[in-house]
Amino acid sequence: MSQTLLTVSYLLASVFFILSLGGLSTQETARRGNLYGVVGILVALIATAFSPMVTDFTLLIPTIVVGAVIGAILAARVAMTAMPELVAILHSFVGLAATIVGIVNFMQAPHGAGLAGDHGAMTLIHDVEIFIGVFIGAITFSGSIIAFGKLRGSISGNPLLLPARHWLNLVMVLLSIWLGVLFAQSASTGVDPFVAGALPGLVPLLAMTLIALIIGVHMVMAIGGADMPVVVSMLNSYSGWAAAAAGFMLSNDLLIVTGALVGSSGAILSYIMCKAMNRGFISVIMGGFGTTSAKPAGSAATAQAPAGEVISVDAAEVADMLKSARSVIFVPGYGMAVAQAQHPIREITDILRKSGVNVRFAIHPVAGRLPGHMNVLLAEASVPYDIVLEMDEINEDFSGTDAVVIVGANDVVNPAAQTDESSPIYGMPVLEVWKAKTCVVLKRGMASGYAGVDNPLFYNSNSRMLFGDAKKSIDSVLMALKSAVAS
Amino acid sequence: MTEATANALNQESVSNRPRRRLAIPKESFIGERRVAIAPANIAAFQKLGFDVSIESGAGLASGFSDADYSKAGASIAINVSELFGAADAVLKVRPPTQSEIGMLRPGTFIASLIQPAQNQDLLGHLARAKISALALDMIPRTTKAQKMDVLSSMANLAGYRAVIEAAAAFSRPFTGQITAAGKMPPAKILVIGAGVAGLAAIGAGRGLGAIVRAFDTRPEVKEQITSMGAEFLELNFQEDGSGEGGYAKVMSPEFIKAEMELFAKQAKEVDIIITTALIPGVRAPILITEEMVRSMRRGSVVVDLAAEQGGNCALTKAGEIVQFDGVSIVGFTDLAGRMASQASQLLGNNMVNLLDAMCTTGKEKTGFRIDMDDETIRPAMVAHQGDVTWPPPKKPASPSPAKPAAPAKAAAPAAKNHGGHGHGSAPTQMDGRYVLAYWIVGGAFLWWLGRSAPAEFINHLTVFILACFIGWQLIWNVTPALHTPLMSVTNAISGIIVVGAMLQVSGPTNAVSTWLAVLAVLVATINIAGGFLVTQRMLKMFRK
Repeated sequence: MSQTLLTVSYLLASVFFILSLGGLSTQETARRGNLYGVVGILVALIATAFSPMVTDFTLLIPTIVVGAVIGAILAARVAMTAMPELVAILHSFVGLAATIVGIVNFMQAPHGAGLAGDHGAMTLIHDVEIFIGVFIGAITFSGSIIAFGKLRGSISGNPLLLPARHWLNLVMVLLSIWLGVLFAQSASTGVDPFVAGALPGLVPLLAMTLIALIIGVHMVMAIGGADMPVVVSMLNSYSGWAAAAAGFMLSNDLLIVTGALVGSSGAILSYIMCKAMNRGFISVIMGGFGTTSAKPAGSAATAQAPAGEVISVDAAEVADMLKSARSVIFVPGYGMAVAQAQHPIREITDILRKSGVNVRFAIHPVAGRLPGHMNVLLAEASVPYDIVLEMDEINEDFSGTDAVVIVGANDVVNPAAQTDESSPIYGMPVLEVWKAKTCVVLKRGMASGYAGVDNPLFYNSNSRMLFGDAKKSIDSVLMALKSAVAS
Repeated sequence: MTEATANALNQESVSNRPRRRLAIPKESFIGERRVAIAPANIAAFQKLGFDVSIESGAGLASGFSDADYSKAGASIAINVSELFGAADAVLKVRPPTQSEIGMLRPGTFIASLIQPAQNQDLLGHLARAKISALALDMIPRTTKAQKMDVLSSMANLAGYRAVIEAAAAFSRPFTGQITAAGKMPPAKILVIGAGVAGLAAIGAGRGLGAIVRAFDTRPEVKEQITSMGAEFLELNFQEDGSGEGGYAKVMSPEFIKAEMELFAKQAKEVDIIITTALIPGVRAPILITEEMVRSMRRGSVVVDLAAEQGGNCALTKAGEIVQFDGVSIVGFTDLAGRMASQASQLLGNNMVNLLDAMCTTGKEKTGFRIDMDDETIRPAMVAHQGDVTWPPPKKPASPSPAKPAAPAKAAAPAAKNHGGHGHGSAPTQMDGRYVLAYWIVGGAFLWWLGRSAPAEFINHLTVFILACFIGWQLIWNVTPALHTPLMSVTNAISGIIVVGAMLQVSGPTNAVSTWLAVLAVLVATINIAGGFLVTQRMLKMFRK
């Protein structure tokens, strides 16, 4: 396959990727969008396979087959509640691949050997491209692994806060830059600055890789579990930039276009998530949320907590309430995902809708551990997507609603975000559930949410607490509802 | 300033402001048992800056003694003219009489039921005495004013009581039963007009075990009727009877004919008819003719909630039970007053909410003030500063629910374009100076690049930056519900890095680099296959 034909194929693949993302704008076109993406990848893979630079298929074909099978198994097996973990581990794969491609590229053609054109400047630029590509790739790799661990729960969700951690990061970044300078210099000196006889520049490159891996670990360790949506989107963005950097390194426009698309996608998602928490991107990345602010929150809570009494109810009362309501809004949160309560909720929804109750779902942008996490879970349970609404679409409707059922959400329905300036979540946009006639809160106990903030909602006179595991509570409400309808 | 401190400050300013005297007279209308406020409300009035005086014995018929009121903090007035003469504001149930108006000082505020359309003379008296009068029955039926809507509070009670009165006059129980002594059929109730009273009647009738049917000219109340457990009777005739302010309007003659046929047919079948049809400012329409009453079974009951406005039944006599051909026609006009204690409590709550609204500007407590620009207060003010202020100037748009929805819908796509998520300010909104600075820095950087970087690099950079912009545009259009699929798709396509690794696996098999490249191809392929397939799985689940 000639070089121009290859370029045209890559152009075609780029167009397919753009169409793919365009297709995701609505549910109706989303599946077509995914299909465009598959076609784009296939075009790119086939074109590359037939390019003059690929000469040996003995390793390539089996590897691709094995990879595809593993990927298919992963995709088929993963539970919808475990989507955040899957996404995180897949990000780490992209990061790993980008790191390896950068290092191998250097090993196979050190310092731009065989590059055409203006040699001095090109070599420098090429070295910088490799260096940046490997740097971002390594951070993405190790950061995603940690994110994966935190989301699975195998690593504690609490932020790990080393003393002087910002300085530590700064020192590591400066060290990487210094290694980068050594790396670029080794092109002209022809010797490795650290190990005699090694490929000139390889040791600084690998040393930097190691430091970048540590930066990735350290960065994600410092971020609390509630901020995971931001971290996952950010890593999504990084994996894109890593691919783009590899594209520069390999002079491959397809990689550049794809990387830029993915990079901006992740960046926008991070921005949306931060906005939804009313926090600066920098402050999320700097980490430590929920610990430094816990103390003022605690004192504020003790000042506020006695403002009312907690009224608890049982499942039968909740069923009665729902049955006699004209409109009901469910507010799901991470607790619903943990308890896998989406299926009985859907059954409740069906029963209520059949008897003429207007049932809707309100989704806060940061509910769950992944952007859009709740939507996926509700879709899994076959809740029709047109009754699943975003915060901005539904927030005004709470005042006209008879009953709100909060399943495993806490911080996103905290009225203190609007009223209590001392609260660490003050200013965060929240679902105004307290405006409804009654609020039923399903909760394990009186513990606070991820942000460590007490929730005055629970003490409101129109709030009712249904204590217990979300799944069990919902199941018993469903039972009560079924028997009430049958009678 | 936080809301909490603002409230604290307001509390303070309220307490510094001169307190106003609020007078509650005993109702002089014969047979009226209700009183404007209950003892439980007094604390709320005091918090708003009012000192409450109540006429001795005002609450007796509602079950509240003078001691109850004075214990709650009110002073008891024996002398009526002193009570009226000292008052800054008066709260009443029935319209003030001429002699009551005569005792008030000019500028006094009075709130009561007034029915300005039927009581034009009274408005003149009020205006001449320079009284500021608010007709509780003219408070608009908006969401905001719901908590002060005394008509709804009273109608709710009246609807309930109508069923109880019907049960008392009816010769059978409401519930159907099969007993050892034989079968009792359930009573059949027809409710005409599904307003607040109608719906309450449906609820009470169902509660007693009757079969309830309901009719209303407004098709949108069908859902409410069925939700209360009644059957909605439909006409084979299309006309929307929704009028201003949630009331029904006068219908066309053809419609009325079809409607009357329906009632005539129903009259033969049902045991009890409860009529609640009112059109504001007009005599109540006659829906049940003498002939229909004649066709009803003996022992049946008609309860006419419109008796005060002339009645929906041709035979209704206001305030009485008429016997006609074995059918009792109940025309009580004081149905709510027959549950005076509860009625007075609800009235009192409505009054607190009313005065609270009049003491509030925006979110702050600014003290009592008659705001003739307020959309809730203005339509209810019937006399102010010597002028009759009723009827209020027509507003161009009636608050029908469809209208506010339209601009909201128009705003939604605008927000979508703006940022896709309407999270307040979009990232594009920046201070003009900063924008300029960014352009200068960016321009300088590009100039430097153009001078020093090789052409090939610039080509790639062009592609890169354009792709970033395309990505930016595309992603903002993605619906938030699809953010997880978006992530897995972008994840899958970022597996395109495999292309770079594929170019590297053709090296010698004994080189480390080749095997590293194999690893890269492997993980990138897992990524591609996993990402696309899981996206496909998720997207399949999204359905309407």
